[in-house]
Amino acid sequence: MGREQQQVSYTVEQLVSVNPYNPDILTDLENYVNEQVSSQTYSLDANLCLLRLYQFEPGRMSIPIVVQILIKALMAMPASDFSLCLFLIPEQVQMEEKFKTLIVLSHYLETARFRQFWDEAAKSRSILEVVPGFEQAIQAYAIHVLSLTYQKVPRPVLAEAINIEGLSLDKFIEHHVANSGWVLEKSHGRSQLIVLPRNEFNHPELQKHTAEGVPFEHVTRIFPMLS
Amino acid sequence: MASSYDYDDGSLESRYGRPPSAGHGGASTDLGYDPNFVPDSVKTFVVHLYRHIREKNVYEIHQMYEGSFQRLSDRMFRDNPWPSVEAIAPYVDNDHVFCLLYREMWFRHVYARLSPTGRQRVESWDNYCSLFGVVLHGVVNMQLPNQWLWDMVDEFVYQFQSYCQYRAKLKSKTEEELQLLQQYDQAWNVYGVLNYLQALVEKSAIIEILEREKEGLEQFTATDGYDYEGGTSNVLKMLGYYSMIGLLRVHCLLGDYHTGLKCLAPIDISQQGVYNVVIGSHISTVYHYGFANLMLRRYAEAIREFNKILLYILKFKQYHQKSPQYDQILKKNEQMYALLAICLSLCPQINLVEENVNSQLRDKYNEKMTKMLRYDDEAYAVYDELFTYACPKFITPSAPVLEEPLTNYNQDAYRLQLKLFLYEVKQQQLLSGVRSFLKLYSTISIGKLAAYMEVDEPTLRTILMTYKHKMHAVDSDGKIIPNADLDYYISEDIVHVVESKPIKRYSDYFLRQVLKFEETISELDRIKLD
Repeated sequence: MGREQQQVSYTVEQLVSVNPYNPDILTDLENYVNEQVSSQTYSLDANLCLLRLYQFEPGRMSIPIVVQILIKALMAMPASDFSLCLFLIPEQVQMEEKFKTLIVLSHYLETARFRQFWDEAAKSRSILEVVPGFEQAIQAYAIHVLSLTYQKVPRPVLAEAINIEGLSLDKFIEHHVANSGWVLEKSHGRSQLIVLPRNEFNHPELQKHTAEGVPFEHVTRIFPMLS
Repeated sequence: MASSYDYDDGSLESRYGRPPSAGHGGASTDLGYDPNFVPDSVKTFVVHLYRHIREKNVYEIHQMYEGSFQRLSDRMFRDNPWPSVEAIAPYVDNDHVFCLLYREMWFRHVYARLSPTGRQRVESWDNYCSLFGVVLHGVVNMQLPNQWLWDMVDEFVYQFQSYCQYRAKLKSKTEEELQLLQQYDQAWNVYGVLNYLQALVEKSAIIEILEREKEGLEQFTATDGYDYEGGTSNVLKMLGYYSMIGLLRVHCLLGDYHTGLKCLAPIDISQQGVYNVVIGSHISTVYHYGFANLMLRRYAEAIREFNKILLYILKFKQYHQKSPQYDQILKKNEQMYALLAICLSLCPQINLVEENVNSQLRDKYNEKMTKMLRYDDEAYAVYDELFTYACPKFITPSAPVLEEPLTNYNQDAYRLQLKLFLYEVKQQQLLSGVRSFLKLYSTISIGKLAAYMEVDEPTLRTILMTYKHKMHAVDSDGKIIPNADLDYYISEDIVHVVESKPIKRYSDYFLRQVLKFEETISELDRIKLD
């Protein structure tokens, strides 16, 4: 059963790259969305292809499928997949309640308003619970933004961003200390400080000056002259 | 005219076997001119053009195509179409490929100088299907100038866009026009357009050719796609190449920027290539590439490419003053300055912009750019204005609903893109405030900065995180690329500001000069003095 599923998704990806402008693959693409949801995988190209086909034939659009696509796109943040999908959905359709909620959620995430996001997400649980893995994906995005911004982040800020508190938060931090290179520190008497791993965004001195490097292919172009 | 319409064509003869009086050249019978009258100059024109094509004299073909055709159009066909294809066919041995080419030029003339009727639009679609059909079957052995081949693809996409706009304006249509739309519902359908472009890309194997060229196994860019020695046809190859740009353009019109960029991916626009050779294709490529990047929030990339092309146009536009594309070049130039102004307001990376381009930009948009930095209602009005001026003519690809009440919905697609764009601008509202404050400090505490910006600390933290998020776009490979000139990191409660230094690309400059001089030297070597 597992191998059969593997084969179907391989075929769908092929369809999308070889014959994407074809109304007959619409059902396959819809099934593929359901599969992405259940197996916690994701394919932007296939979903954009489906949204395009819906654009060409608005009568065949399925709202539940589009909702699923949008939720998956939210989970792909920080990539701007959510806006890419919105560009392809007609304005009237975006007026539906479910879409309006998702757009609000996206807005909170884009502007790093995590507290408001988690509040709203709790109210919209019925829409979001169709897609497993949603919470973890958003938490990963929150940590990503924190890692861009902070060398040392106070515990309350982290807690608000990932919507975990108390003992669960302790366990969460412990896990990341063990696996992701986090370090705990004490700040001036108050709360804990979490030292996030060094990367080129919160440690600008680490920024590789890639602009000074030259891609090898460019240099190969002068090889004939050097010989 | 065949009443049942299918675009996988039957025999080509059936389209030209009909008597010349059967509705060709316009739906109305009162044409005001005689489509069968062939002036002598036109006779000479087609005879010579036909001969040059048969003899594969690309230079002469180009001269006639760019020069004579325009001159004759100016002199004799300002208000009328050229003679019908049936009238000139006898002078060119009724060669059906030539007739398809002639008709392509015929329709292009109508679109450019006159106003095409619904029926003419449909007939032009028919002609493109036949023409591309012939090319895709691999039976063509001509070599045509790149300018012509580019114009074909460019015009194909343009007529598609024009038709979508045309059929979305239902309110003022006559009964007859509505009938036509219903009857020929396959004409210019989006599947057909996309599939033809895709087929040209695939059948020409252009992607493999470009790949092999990178490994030195193929000569393509060096000969501008022509085959000087073997004389094999460049038509399918070049149509395939230009169709990649055509696909980028169509996807931008649909609002699918990601896929558009994917279609263009085989062409490396950071390097010179065949897309540079024809100025129309160069401009169209960079314009759409830059616009797609803007919508994908990759501002730095967009700025870089706009800067390059605007500099190029500044230097070289004088050489194109006589060309029929001159007006288009100027229009796109202005649009790209507007897009550049937008990009720089969202992501002030002024060091990426060359001096001359910058001074032109200031001349045109200094006041507007100052307004855009303010992020109040007036700023949004300016963003709106510039976006509307510079954006592509977005389309609604689905077939029209021909029932009462008839509406005009040609603006819907544009309104959606504008709305989403302004929404993005709004999300970046407070970022310029952060930027202006942080420019003044190397370190500052969160508390102090919050006080200056008149927000509370938690709000400030979200603003600081938003800035980081918005200024770090995710590129197509999933890598994070920084966009901003101003960067910072927070350690507990203190913001440490880091200003990035402008990067001078010496290596790139040297490589380019080495190649240029090598070219000059080999050219000099080739000159034989006797």
